[in-house]
Amino acid sequence: MYSLEHKKYLQKAKKKNFLIKLTQIFILIIFLIIWQLLSDYKIINPFVFSSPTKVFETIISLHNSGDLYNHILITVWETFISFILGTLLGIIIASIMWWNKFLAKVIDPYLTILNSLPKVALGPILIIWVGAGMQSIIVMALLISTIITIINVYQGFTNIDPIKIKLMKTFKATKSQIYFKLILPGTLSNIISCFKVNISMSLIGVIMGEFLVSKEGIGYLIMYGSQVFNLDLVITGTIILCIVAVIMYGLVLYLEKKLIVNK
Amino acid sequence: MNELLKIKNLSKNYHTKQDETLAVDNFSFDLKNGDFVAIVGPSGCGKSTILNILAGLDTKSKGDIILNEKNKIGYMLQQDALFNWKTVLENCLLGLEINKNLTKENKDYVLDLLNTYGLKDFINSYPNTLSGGMRQRVALIRTLATKPDLLLMDEPYSALDYQTRLSVSDDVYQIIKKEKKSAIMVTHDIAEAISMADKIIILSKRPSTIKKIIDIKLTDKSTPIKNRKAKEFGYYYDLIWKEIDHDV
Ligand SMILES: Nc1ncnc2c1ncn2[C@@H]1O[C@H](COP(=O)(O)OP(=O)(O)OP(=O)(O)O)[C@@H](O)[C@H]1O
Ligand SMILES: [Mg+2]
Repeated sequence: MYSLEHKKYLQKAKKKNFLIKLTQIFILIIFLIIWQLLSDYKIINPFVFSSPTKVFETIISLHNSGDLYNHILITVWETFISFILGTLLGIIIASIMWWNKFLAKVIDPYLTILNSLPKVALGPILIIWVGAGMQSIIVMALLISTIITIINVYQGFTNIDPIKIKLMKTFKATKSQIYFKLILPGTLSNIISCFKVNISMSLIGVIMGEFLVSKEGIGYLIMYGSQVFNLDLVITGTIILCIVAVIMYGLVLYLEKKLIVNK
Repeated sequence: MNELLKIKNLSKNYHTKQDETLAVDNFSFDLKNGDFVAIVGPSGCGKSTILNILAGLDTKSKGDIILNEKNKIGYMLQQDALFNWKTVLENCLLGLEINKNLTKENKDYVLDLLNTYGLKDFINSYPNTLSGGMRQRVALIRTLATKPDLLLMDEPYSALDYQTRLSVSDDVYQIIKKEKKSAIMVTHDIAEAISMADKIIILSKRPSTIKKIIDIKLTDKSTPIKNRKAKEFGYYYDLIWKEIDHDV
């Protein structure tokens, strides 16, 4: 179907892509090999810097004791809950602000303050108020994800072209019709791009919370490892966290592709 | 012919923190059924304001607007304001949807309009695949879908290039005449006004008052493009050009 020139162009693009992937994998392998060698020859302190084989052994032993999946599951679950709650709450509050401009103006400075406050500072208060358990972790994650959602979604709402609102009014649309037929669908892509931010924010909040209070989860694993000076465990936990984060982010990206059919 | 709309001594004041602006002053005009009226006037004189008030989007400060209860107003804006997440058909049904009037009959009417006015193959396309002229036609059909008796148009073609503008205004004119609508069109383009309207209202600088109302009588009046060749065209052009307050 395509001309020869176009075929060549496609081939070239494909080749380029493949080369990029290959280089990325190559870098990872080189990194692991160097890490292993440096550790084997004691150029870096293996006790402090661990090594790929030690990490692997730690994963195996966690797997054998059955703890590994419990920790992962707990963290994923907490993140999931915070993500859903934070996103919903953020959208609802942004909607109320859109509905009531007076309220929006009133709470604007408070939102700015809350947004710029490093939420981890609230940790100690949270433990006392909410209790040292999963609730604190989720509240911590909510604090982080909700406020940024409110700000982003509300900005999306107010960025809707005023001409479109005027158009709705020429048809005598009610405020709720404007909201449901224009504002919400018109901001859908903003809201979905918020998901991406939120899944990361929620995970950050959950890990912060687990550092502070928990008895389970990947954050706890890392914290525990550092307390007993088991650096293998700390590094293993961090690597597992990386993998979990990438998978969750990937899922949201997939969701985004499915939801935005036409843009 | 009976009157569709009576406007008596309409005035509009805008209030801002800095100032109070009298945008429209003592504007009176009667519109007959089936009339096509154009409003021309210097930039910022209050043309959009008049249409906004007629459409109920803005409040008047003084005066009376008398419109028969039965008669509906449709407003076509300068920008097409199509929703890019809706198909052409869905966009056209927006007004009916809002008025909870989405009957089979009304939907067929819209489909009919789309078929008749060159959008047959684009009914299920999204607006981003349409040309500027097509988008403007979709916007017109969206306005016509609610079957208004009076059509308000605020510089409906100013976003289009000259060629498209000529052909779309020809189409729109024919749609309006065929569907037997009355229309008030605001425009900056004197030639466009002469080629389309039966009557032209010339407004003064702000606060806009009526400077002159000119009846356009062209020999062999037909479509806008052909009307431009009428022998009276130049005469009207000069007349209106002299009446409008030019700042430069
Ligand atoms: N919402 C508003 N608040 C305050 N002043 C306004 C408002 N809308 C319009 N005005 C002022 O009223 C005057 C008339 O505005 P309007 O938009 O009706 O002019 P126009 O004739 O349509 O101009 P243009 O030819 O540029 O479209 C302008 O001076 C404008 O600054
Ligand atoms: Mg205007």
